Amino acid sequence: MEITEYFNLLFTDYTLQTITLGTAVLGALCGMLGSFAVLRKQSLLGDAISHAALPGIALAFLITGSKDSNTLLIGALISGLIGTFWIRGIVKKTHLKSDTALGLILSLFFGFGMLLLTFIQKMPNANQAGLDKYLFGQAATLVSSDVWTMCIIAGLSLLILLVFWKEFKLLLFDADYTKSLGFNVKFLDILITFFIVISIVVGLQTVGVVLMSAMLLAPAAAARQWTNSLSVMVLLAAIFGAFSGVLGTAISASSNNLSTGPVIVLIAAVFVLFSFIFSPKRGLLFREIRYQSNRKDLELHKTLAFMYHIVKTHDNIDHPHAIKILNNFHGFTRKSLQKLESKEYITVNKTMWSLTEKGFDKAANLYNQQEENE
Amino acid sequence: METKYAITVDDLTVAYNYKPVLWDIDLAIPEGVLMAIVGPNGAGKSTLIKSILGIIKPIAGSVKIFGKPYKKQYKEVAYVPQKGSVDWDFPTTALDVVMMGTYGSLGWIKRPGQKEKKAALEALEKVGMLSFKSRQISQLSGGQQQRIFLARALVQNASIYLMDEPFQGVDATTEKAIINILKELRKAGKTLIVVHHDLQTVPEYFDWVTFLNVKKIATGPVKDIFNDGNLTKTYGINYKVSVQE
Repeated sequence: MEITEYFNLLFTDYTLQTITLGTAVLGALCGMLGSFAVLRKQSLLGDAISHAALPGIALAFLITGSKDSNTLLIGALISGLIGTFWIRGIVKKTHLKSDTALGLILSLFFGFGMLLLTFIQKMPNANQAGLDKYLFGQAATLVSSDVWTMCIIAGLSLLILLVFWKEFKLLLFDADYTKSLGFNVKFLDILITFFIVISIVVGLQTVGVVLMSAMLLAPAAAARQWTNSLSVMVLLAAIFGAFSGVLGTAISASSNNLSTGPVIVLIAAVFVLFSFIFSPKRGLLFREIRYQSNRKDLELHKTLAFMYHIVKTHDNIDHPHAIKILNNFHGFTRKSLQKLESKEYITVNKTMWSLTEKGFDKAANLYNQQEENE
Repeated sequence: METKYAITVDDLTVAYNYKPVLWDIDLAIPEGVLMAIVGPNGAGKSTLIKSILGIIKPIAGSVKIFGKPYKKQYKEVAYVPQKGSVDWDFPTTALDVVMMGTYGSLGWIKRPGQKEKKAALEALEKVGMLSFKSRQISQLSGGQQQRIFLARALVQNASIYLMDEPFQGVDATTEKAIINILKELRKAGKTLIVVHHDLQTVPEYFDWVTFLNVKKIATGPVKDIFNDGNLTKTYGINYKVSVQE
């Protein structure tokens, strides 16, 4: 199936509509909550949680024998929460740093999960196939009940974010201060972490445990480049996330059912790359352009200041001087003289230059001007 | 008449990982003083402030604000954390940060409105930062960030101000501006407790001082106890400071 065909079918095919809606909602949910994870410097927590969810999926299958995704996701949720809880415990009770605790829990749980998956595959029961889709995700297996779950959780998260917006913002910026104002920081912390865990768990079927954390981080990292306002950042991250989800699913579904996780993550990475380079304020490209143009301006100002010092010793401003006297001055080139002339700061007459009234004023106020621009 | 105490600390002991940071601190801070907490690095100055604010849970001891636990009195206390304790690349503006000072009196869920915005703008004006109100906070200088933190505390309109090194990394002009605001607050009857590093300026800026080095060395009026004996006890070396009368 071609990708254009996919989008044509989108208007008629119920299955495709379901899948597309699901990935869009999932992307928006992850982008939204991912912004909070990124700003709390908990980027790696998502990675640990998603990996910690794997044994829960396997155990839920072993216990119930059912492959119903909602049953398996409850298992994932429980084991994800246990993982999160243990990470906090390790950081709090031992001298280990949080990156060590995260790495430890991530590999421990993931290892145990893989062990259980291989065990399940060896079982004589024919019903076991398909659990490995939780490793890299398979959006094509989404059914409407999965999408309903996503929508409910996304709606709930949005509601919680709106209700506690002020408190979350305060917590993200300055946790100690939040506590000093009498807010229950522990409650807020648990609330936001709980929703991050849930959003990871509902994404596992689509994106998979291995790459789920990128779904949280990439849209948020991209959104941060475009804005200096928290609300705009959260909104943009949700939009980027939704687009990565939809585009990734479209590509993966239209080319022989590629694993959805990697494709979505690659699309999200394109958003990040584009934002890092092209965002107007923080992007690399415009920063370089600004840097170069500042340098050029500075060189021009240097020349102008040099001329000003020469002219100051004369009674009339427009007294002509030889270009030669600028020769052993580093800031000047033919080009910079032309530029100064085009700005009407100087007039050039063959081998002589003279400062104009405008140029004189500009040079005299050069330092004051720079202060104003600060 | 009995002195009224703004803060009383009883037998306070705090430890991180078994090593005590504060050991059996007793402290009574009278209302209306401008007090410096001085001591070497690692003396527990920030920890003491955070313990008073209930941010750190002590192993033993208690803290009372006007005779009641902090939880009941948080509206009476404003906090200026160390500038380096937050990420200044956070996506928000100067005005927004100052508005955060109103969140405590608003309580849960309620959003700040016109009244809160007006208070925040007034505080910005007081610290001379009104023209920077829409500035992204990462684009403020260190001194300006410190003033924003001060403005955020001013908005709280509290009776007690706890400040953790408000003069750290600010230029002489900002330092003068800040100390003038502090002195004005004391005149209005507020109690101010400031972690301070520059011993030379203690007699000029403060009227009360506490020497701290894990244990409390001394506390009292600057003119009575700010002397070489206490400084030596606190810093462990023979410390000579010329105290100007």
